[in-house]
Amino acid sequence: MSQHTLSVIVEDKPGVLARVSAMFSNRAFNIHSLAVGPTHVPGRSHITVVVDAPELEQLKKQLHKLVNVIKVTELDSTEALESEVMIARIACDPVNRGEVGDTAGLFGAKMIDLAPNSITFEIAGTPEHLASFLDHMKPYGIVDLVKSGRVAMKKISDVARMAVGQT
Amino acid sequence: MTQKPYTGSHSLLQSLEHEGVETMFGVPGGAILPAYDPLLDSSIRHVLARHEQGAGHMAEGYAMATGRVGVAMATSGPGATNLITPLQNAKMDSTPLVAITGQVGTSAIGSDAFQEAYTTGLAMHCTKHSYLVTDADEIPATIHEAFHIASTGRPGPVLVDIPKDVLNQHTQWSTPTLAGLPGYKPPVSQGHPRQIKAAIEMIEAAERPVLYVGGGVIHAKASAELARFAEAANVPVVTTLMARGAFPDDHPLSLGMSGMHGTYTATTAIQRSDVLIALGSRFDDRVTGDVAAFAPNAKVIHVDVDPAEIGKVRVPDVPIVGDAGLVLQALLERLATTRDGRPAPEREAWLGQLGVWKAEKPLRYDQPDDGPIKTQFFIERLHAVTGGDAIVVSGVGQHQMWASQFWGFSRPGTWINSGGLGTMGFSVPAAVGAKAAKPDELVIALDGDGCFQMTFQELITAATEDIPVKVVVFNNGGYGMVKQWQNLFYGGRLSAVELGTTVPNYPQLAEALGCVGLRVDHPGEVDAAIDKMLAVDDRPVVLEVVTDLDEMCFPMVPAGGSNDTIVMGPEDL
Repeated sequence: MSQHTLSVIVEDKPGVLARVSAMFSNRAFNIHSLAVGPTHVPGRSHITVVVDAPELEQLKKQLHKLVNVIKVTELDSTEALESEVMIARIACDPVNRGEVGDTAGLFGAKMIDLAPNSITFEIAGTPEHLASFLDHMKPYGIVDLVKSGRVAMKKISDVARMAVGQT
Repeated sequence: MTQKPYTGSHSLLQSLEHEGVETMFGVPGGAILPAYDPLLDSSIRHVLARHEQGAGHMAEGYAMATGRVGVAMATSGPGATNLITPLQNAKMDSTPLVAITGQVGTSAIGSDAFQEAYTTGLAMHCTKHSYLVTDADEIPATIHEAFHIASTGRPGPVLVDIPKDVLNQHTQWSTPTLAGLPGYKPPVSQGHPRQIKAAIEMIEAAERPVLYVGGGVIHAKASAELARFAEAANVPVVTTLMARGAFPDDHPLSLGMSGMHGTYTATTAIQRSDVLIALGSRFDDRVTGDVAAFAPNAKVIHVDVDPAEIGKVRVPDVPIVGDAGLVLQALLERLATTRDGRPAPEREAWLGQLGVWKAEKPLRYDQPDDGPIKTQFFIERLHAVTGGDAIVVSGVGQHQMWASQFWGFSRPGTWINSGGLGTMGFSVPAAVGAKAAKPDELVIALDGDGCFQMTFQELITAATEDIPVKVVVFNNGGYGMVKQWQNLFYGGRLSAVELGTTVPNYPQLAEALGCVGLRVDHPGEVDAAIDKMLAVDDRPVVLEVVTDLDEMCFPMVPAGGSNDTIVMGPEDL
């Protein structure tokens, strides 16, 4: 089962998120992550949803059938700008605290809370970046972790277009 | 006396009148109470149902008989939850419906107030769309949008939930627009020209084509275009349960209904087809049987107004999104261009083969002279006596399949049933709704005893509201179809399927409900009983037909089986 990212523009009305998630459960689609927030356009919200599904056609069509859904775009990972915020609490003691802090620093993680037996970091980036960070933190022990859900937008830069073989 | 202020309730009624509503069906209650006051001064006829489920099915019957939006109204809480079955029924069969429900006051929402239910949440799963109105000024636009959504694209049910304080709020009416629907764009297209061309080339080259026609053709009111296309392309026609009447059964190209209880010829024609043209049909499991074994050698052209249906079950070779009527017109035009005066392919071998199957494997039953009455026999006699000139409304089960099989349909809008959801109890209230819509037509409910016992209280509605429907109750003393499955698949161990044949006493019950009650239990007396039933014009009639208790419905493809394994009768078991 592969992961797909969908960018969904919806009307900013009560119950819209419930309708979208109800459709997913109705049709037995599995949501991996979901993030929702307002856009720069009044009355429009943006939902980024990451799903585990063998194919997306049926899912996209069912989303389109929802009256409050305005636009659905599938984001291929090679042409998407993706980011996620994570807060992770890493176990450490005064002896290895410096080492943990240095390693986290290499990833651009920011210390936001410090306790005798742990450091809590805030880190933002692509899913791969966060995964790599966690790989390096695992040996110390991950005490707690929370993710915001992925947000994504389509790339439009020349670099991005060249990367997918367009001219 | 001071003039009453104009409130949300007045706006609601004016909005319904603005949408052209003439008849609606409902049951009052606390939260919807304000709406029932201006109803007294409205041009709209309100039919007082005895249960909200009945009101919902009446609105469906009304919609299916007319093609217009049916309207049901109920109060909050239990009133709304009782509407859930009709809403899901309408969703499955794409019936245009608008349901209006009262809601507890805005400030009480979420407090578990008396008769509170999260109606829009419940409706989320069984409507095309739903609204909670929080400002009376929004009522005209909301009702206008609701009717637009219910009746366009693939039709369906829309629910509008209005809190009591909003119904009482001072407001004014304003002419509504559809400006508030940026995300709703139902396809009105006649299909992409390239796909139309590809479809025609495929159909013209086909040796064994079949048109597999669904309810979408009824909704699109495209029966005339269908007949023209079938004849021009010389392609035989299978009609699904929802499409009965879309193509005349006595047409030489008609094969009847296919699927689990379809005719041998219709089901087998699809199995053997090389090009299958699905027109407003959705590859329902009752049609396909085992999907992997369905029409294994066919290239598929799928025409549907709902893009999500295309590729949902079977990936087509030529997908066409569009209105069935417009697409048929485009296909006809393209066919004429491609032919350029050449005659239609004769398809002698294929049409000949279908003729052989029709002759060798017809629908059949045995009616012993001394009884018991077979339901199939009664339906054939009823058709003969009435000339088939009636709107037939069925419940769900064996009698429904027999009605579909043995009533020769000649025009659309004359077959009303619960197809997708299979809602037992649909028949009586839906017939009341159809008769309210078409008072000059003969409306006959063909019901089973099990179904009848679920909703017969709506005969009180029929009697008191002067809606003289005819209701035939086929009494085989139980849930015939479930019993059939227990006999076939559970070794004859009958569990909770026998209702008995003597209680209730149907004619006496009918009389108590304000109807004429009749009974027939001998095949020789069937015609006389039908005459008696038809002679009553001023009241609803219930005719109990005491039938064979053990008759089974054939042909039959066991659930999930391949459509190549058709059981023609008990001898095949």
